[in-house]
Amino acid sequence: MSLELILFIVFGSICAITSVFVITRINPVISALFLVVNFASLAGLYLVLNAQFIAIAQVIVYAGAIMVFFLFVIMLLNPESEKKFFSYKPYIKIFTIVVVALVFIQIIYMIFLAQPSEEINREVAKSVSAGTIEQIGRELFTNYVLPFEAAGYLLLAATIGALVIAKKKFE
Amino acid sequence: MTVPIEFYLVLSAFMFSAGIVGVLTRRNAIVVFMSIELMLNSANLTLITFSSFFGDTVGQLFVFFVMTVAAAEAAVGLAIIIAIFRNKLTINIDEINILKW
Repeated sequence: MSLELILFIVFGSICAITSVFVITRINPVISALFLVVNFASLAGLYLVLNAQFIAIAQVIVYAGAIMVFFLFVIMLLNPESEKKFFSYKPYIKIFTIVVVALVFIQIIYMIFLAQPSEEINREVAKSVSAGTIEQIGRELFTNYVLPFEAAGYLLLAATIGALVIAKKKFE
Repeated sequence: MTVPIEFYLVLSAFMFSAGIVGVLTRRNAIVVFMSIELMLNSANLTLITFSSFFGDTVGQLFVFFVMTVAAAEAAVGLAIIIAIFRNKLTINIDEINILKW
């Protein structure tokens, strides 16, 4: 067992288990905290995949900013807890899970039918240099500068939109 | 490399399926939003996986843009939830049917 496989098993199982907990817990605060754990272990997986900059951005942006925002809104609204997962309309939920499981099995079948690991020869040096902040910054400010500016305008529009929508009076 | 690419793709597919189940079955609007974040992150994991295995930076750039869109979407969506809660005093999406004919 190499270190990469051990790290993948640890972080991947944390990811899978917490993603199930997020959708089954009846209290939204507990769901949000499990989602933070999920994002943190995803950042670990990104580090295993040699994507250092995205791993740090994942921790700062997702596990930091977005989840604090979610918890803040939960604190403001104080929503009532739902009923237990299978106690309210259980047949609809079982039907949903069966349909989604079918889709999941189809995706798995396609992944193993295509056999991508036989086509791709991974070079570790290239993969390490692709994830550095120098490489990402060079691409971002040369070839992808227009999407970068568009992302800035998107954030500005979202800020103004959130302010206008959540304002108290609309006159 | 010791971990084949299929493992990462299967994990990503599992997280995406969990997100779909959450969106379709949960009735709390905030939890529905969290499930959407889960699905966005599983797509991010796929992009990072292919970017790392091909040694190409552009996949990680797209993850960067997806994070931007997710932040904007969370801000506007939660503002809408606050506005709806102020009017109807609930965020149960079974009771928010003002657009239903």
